[in-house]
Amino acid sequence: MIRHTIGRLAATVFIAVVLAFFTLPMLWLASAPFDATPAITTSIPEFTLRNFAAILDNPYALGSIRNSLIQGGGAAALVVVLAALAAYALSRVRIPGRDVLLYVLLLLSSVVTGTAAMVPIFELATRLDLIDTHLGVILVVSGGLLPAAIFILKDFMDETPTTYEESARVFGASSLQILRHIVIPLVRPGLATIAVWALASVWGGFLFQFILLRDPDKAPGSVILYTLYTEGGSPRLDLISTFSLLYSLPVVAMYLFVSQRYGFRFHGGIKR
Amino acid sequence: MISLHGLTKVFAGGVRALDALDLTIADGEFFALLGPSGCGKTTLLRTIAGLETPTSGSVRINATDVTALPPGRRDVAMVFQDYALFPHMTVSENIAYPLRIRKVPRLERAAKAAEVARRLSLPDLLHRRPAQLSGGQQQRVALARAIACHPTAFLFDEPLSNLDARLRLEARTFLKRLQRELAVTTVFVTHDQAEALALADRIAVMSHGRMIQIGTPAEVFQRPATTFVAAFIGSTPMNLLPGKITSGALHVAGATLPAPAGVPDGDLVYGARPEYLELLLEARPGAFPGTVSVLENLGTSTLVTLETDATLIQAVVPEGDEPPIGTPAWALPRRSLLYRDDRLLHP
Repeated sequence: MIRHTIGRLAATVFIAVVLAFFTLPMLWLASAPFDATPAITTSIPEFTLRNFAAILDNPYALGSIRNSLIQGGGAAALVVVLAALAAYALSRVRIPGRDVLLYVLLLLSSVVTGTAAMVPIFELATRLDLIDTHLGVILVVSGGLLPAAIFILKDFMDETPTTYEESARVFGASSLQILRHIVIPLVRPGLATIAVWALASVWGGFLFQFILLRDPDKAPGSVILYTLYTEGGSPRLDLISTFSLLYSLPVVAMYLFVSQRYGFRFHGGIKR
Repeated sequence: MISLHGLTKVFAGGVRALDALDLTIADGEFFALLGPSGCGKTTLLRTIAGLETPTSGSVRINATDVTALPPGRRDVAMVFQDYALFPHMTVSENIAYPLRIRKVPRLERAAKAAEVARRLSLPDLLHRRPAQLSGGQQQRVALARAIACHPTAFLFDEPLSNLDARLRLEARTFLKRLQRELAVTTVFVTHDQAEALALADRIAVMSHGRMIQIGTPAEVFQRPATTFVAAFIGSTPMNLLPGKITSGALHVAGATLPAPAGVPDGDLVYGARPEYLELLLEARPGAFPGTVSVLENLGTSTLVTLETDATLIQAVVPEGDEPPIGTPAWALPRRSLLYRDDRLLHP
């Protein structure tokens, strides 16, 4: 009985510690922006809104959020369109070695976005005149996201019975009509999942954006965050926390919207 | 009219699903493709629809060669086994989908859908989604969608097999009446011989990609061309007993019967449906002797299995007439068929 109680107590304490480990940074993010003198600790803030005024004075802060939206939105759109087409084809057409192809692509994707490929990608971007362009960032990050997106979407496509499409074909629908009228509405939760995941990945991505963009006017928020230091090289915690809060809001809003609308169902949209 | 000439389909891997089929289906005919699973009947239906490309041979619909045409340009409507109703569209949108493809204006589409739905007694369901309908209603919506595009032919893939037993009978009658009213050429696939006998004007019994027999339900039931058809058609399987003719006498399962005229001596297969065997409790010339071993209640009748020296014989007796298990009994054939080399010999 006592052992049981002690066991329960230990488990509860353990869970509380783990929870604290994850919630403390969140608490810090919620309190520090409103604190006149933020530090690396969480405390009841000395309430002020001056930090927000200060971050808006930063010439790159707001522009960087716009850049993040362009790059994240562009990559998400590109990934969703290309992955949907590729996943549909891979799901419906029998190609010898299809599964091997998918796994190899998946493996390569971690190489493409990995540090190892940094130099060749920079070289490639330079020769294609893609340095300092949004397009360059969009193409490179999309390349890294596509294999996993295709992999996930193919699962969604596999789950929609082919009789829907065959039925539409017998009624005379063209391939594009079938895709538009039948397949896309049915896999919409999958597409929404991929879009959110792609945008969130680009939103938090740093290395490629840092390397491919020299001009701070084009840099996304994740890179601008890195510039919020004093001249002496110590971090401006007031600006960093405030900007972090502002920077996370669009992603949280998007997540809530999509989750409410599509519910992130990972098992297809069809109940049979 | 649908006609097939030398239609052959060989799948990658060498499976011959259709083997040089020739067939003509008349205008307005209700035609059944019947056979066990894997016999090629669904492949044949899909080839007529254009969802499979034949390896060789041709398909003609109303004298037009459609072999090379895509499914949408053959002017046929297909109802799938799972109905393939689009789950994200309402009943009305589902029914009107073929019209949407033909660019019929929205309001006209909705009116047409309502009209067809009324005809199939579905009017209150127009704004529901397929998932909110019962199996029988889903089947009617699928039929309505097929009717809405006014095709020259209907193709049904196992139209009743997703319904439960009671509903199936109701839907069967409904389907037959509907086909008669519309008088549109209809080809349907089924593995259920009772369904084929009940619905079709003509039946093609298929096995291994070939048509074993084509005929009216009465012809196929009364004179099955081979022992395969004989065993497949009928709600209780036909007794197929090895027999032998020697000097004018037919020896089957311990009984000696007069051999029919014109049949030479030799081995053969003797076929008699359980319904055409009369069960007697005393010996009679020409009756098969045996011992009652199993009784299966069929409701208004009982299927009695007799154990003879070499084989089992089944007979149907009326409700209440079943003998107790273990008693000796004799089965007297009233109608029989003779097969030699798997061909019908007599009558």
